[in-house]
Amino acid sequence: MTTDLRPQQRSSAYWAVVDSWTMVRRGLLYYVRQPTTILWQLGFPIVSVLLFVYVFGSAMNIGDGADYTSFAMPGMFAMTMAFGFMNTAYAVVLDKEKGVTDRFRSMPMAPSAVVSGRGFGDVLGAAVDLLVLAMIALVIGWRSDGTLLETLYAFFLLLWLRFALIWIGIWMGLGVKNTEAAGNLFAVAFPFGMISSVFTPPSMMPDWLGFIAMWNPVSSTATAIRELFGNPAPVGGSWIEQHAQLMALVWPLLITAIFLPMAVRRYQRLSR
Amino acid sequence: MNDSDGGLAVQAVGLVKRYGKVTALDGFDLEVTRGSVHGLLGPNGAGKTTAVKILTTLIQADAGTATVAGADLRRDTQEVRRRIGLAGQYAAVDEILTGRQNLEMFGRLFHLGSSRARARAAELLEQFALTAAADKGVKEYSGGMRRRLDLASSMILAPQLMFLDEPTTGLDPRGRGEVWEAVRALVRQGTTVLLTTQYLEEADQLADRITVIDRGRRIADGSPAELKRQIGGDQVEVTVLERTDVAAAEAACAAVSELTPLVDPDRRRVIVPVEQQLDALAEVARRLQAAGVEVEDVGLRRPTLDEVFLRLTGHPAEDETPAQDEPQPEGVAR
Ligand SMILES: Nc1ncnc2c1ncn2[C@@H]1O[C@H](COP(=O)(O)OP(=O)(O)OP(=O)(O)O)[C@@H](O)[C@H]1O
Ligand SMILES: [Mg+2]
Repeated sequence: MTTDLRPQQRSSAYWAVVDSWTMVRRGLLYYVRQPTTILWQLGFPIVSVLLFVYVFGSAMNIGDGADYTSFAMPGMFAMTMAFGFMNTAYAVVLDKEKGVTDRFRSMPMAPSAVVSGRGFGDVLGAAVDLLVLAMIALVIGWRSDGTLLETLYAFFLLLWLRFALIWIGIWMGLGVKNTEAAGNLFAVAFPFGMISSVFTPPSMMPDWLGFIAMWNPVSSTATAIRELFGNPAPVGGSWIEQHAQLMALVWPLLITAIFLPMAVRRYQRLSR
Repeated sequence: MNDSDGGLAVQAVGLVKRYGKVTALDGFDLEVTRGSVHGLLGPNGAGKTTAVKILTTLIQADAGTATVAGADLRRDTQEVRRRIGLAGQYAAVDEILTGRQNLEMFGRLFHLGSSRARARAAELLEQFALTAAADKGVKEYSGGMRRRLDLASSMILAPQLMFLDEPTTGLDPRGRGEVWEAVRALVRQGTTVLLTTQYLEEADQLADRITVIDRGRRIADGSPAELKRQIGGDQVEVTVLERTDVAAAEAACAAVSELTPLVDPDRRRVIVPVEQQLDALAEVARRLQAAGVEVEDVGLRRPTLDEVFLRLTGHPAEDETPAQDEPQPEGVAR
């Protein structure tokens, strides 16, 4: 044996950052090893948007003669972010089920890095997802009429929503028993993504459903980015719809404030 | 650092762990000598994994104290983590990454820095005969290879103490042999190993000392030879034709052993551990004949693990009623 095995001595803040980067790196290696995972993960949003645009699109009238494709594409972006928490949850359960989480926990690494590494890694992954989706959208004919800054800010808002949902994903992932049970989370994700302004303006839904859809955080993000992209964004006169820009910032903040501590607590409770 | 522990790698006293109504550990004691291979033997649900999880800092005990690799489990948790390695009940490696990527990742997380993590990974791949498969995804590995990678991952800092939770469960005989060889290699380097197993044979093959655990308590402790003398040696088994002859068979068996025979009236069967197998067998046969007992079967058999537990605890491994008496390793509680 030749390698010197004495661990480096650094501050715990240093290790919190470096260990968390090692965890992010692990997520990035996944993309290198299995580039097709991206397509699998994006399969659902891509198929559904093709369905809506080409199958129902002709029958869709969102008012003012607006172009449905320009309306639906930002919706697809927002929906992908909304469903993203399932990827997080699934990865978390898989690590727990395979004992990888326990291996990390038995090591002298920074304990926070398991959670923070997942968080940053998944945001990076979501950025890759958005890049792929944006290219598909461009091919289909979607354009952003906003300035470069507005366009970038819109993508930031999308990632901001995804970031918030990571904590829900970790919290749920630690809560379910195994990967099979994680599949059932789709039953939560589906209405969360769909009962929103993603594919239809809430004003065109029955009153009660439209109300839920309006207050769905996904809707605020979808409306806000439509405005920023300069895409059609038919909104009603309700307060929540009028303040999409504000709420696209506030909702994720609120979700993070609630679920980040809950996720961390569940993680710590693994040792009970 | 506290090394004034009389050469013990693990000293646990009175560990208790409850999950709601289930008491997984019920005042469990354990001493593991430095440099030894210690087997923790017990049936399903005995509390082996719970004990390992507590000693490796994964869960906290409700009561009890422990010193692990010279560091106090509660006060010095990170120090314990630096000194131990853990290979859990399921090979805990990343399936999507390659073997090398796994080891490099763990090396970084053990704070070796990236270049030493790389060097260490190469060393371990070599040591565990994984160099050829190093850059393949772990998904393509066989069970034995996966287990070896798992062991290698636990060995990054060449820990003084390794915990292996059922390292060979679910492996075919070849994979089992590979893992045994890897464990022996560890021991040659001076690592202390605590391994749990459900198989008497495995404990016998690898361990210098065995602790038998049942229902969260230590019920026996000793070298394999000592335990086998108590419980695991050959035994004479007699099955009589008539239920009324069971008592006579019991007497015949009692005469050839220092231990009390186990009697199963329903199956008309009497079992007794013996030392001079052939002499004992002949003597039992002679006595049965003299007593005019009609025999369905008489022979020598190695005890199954179930019988070992029956003898140690007075209840079968899967029996749910608690044992009434204190365990009596020397005799029988029936
Ligand atoms: N997280 C948990 N929640 C509830 N009960 C648990 C939990 N973990 C273990 N138990 C219970 O504690 C007891 C001891 O379990 P443990 O896993 O330690 O046994 P084991 O000896 O490792 O068994 P096996 O050979 O099946 O691995 C069992 O009755 C088990 O059902
Ligand atoms: Mg177990």
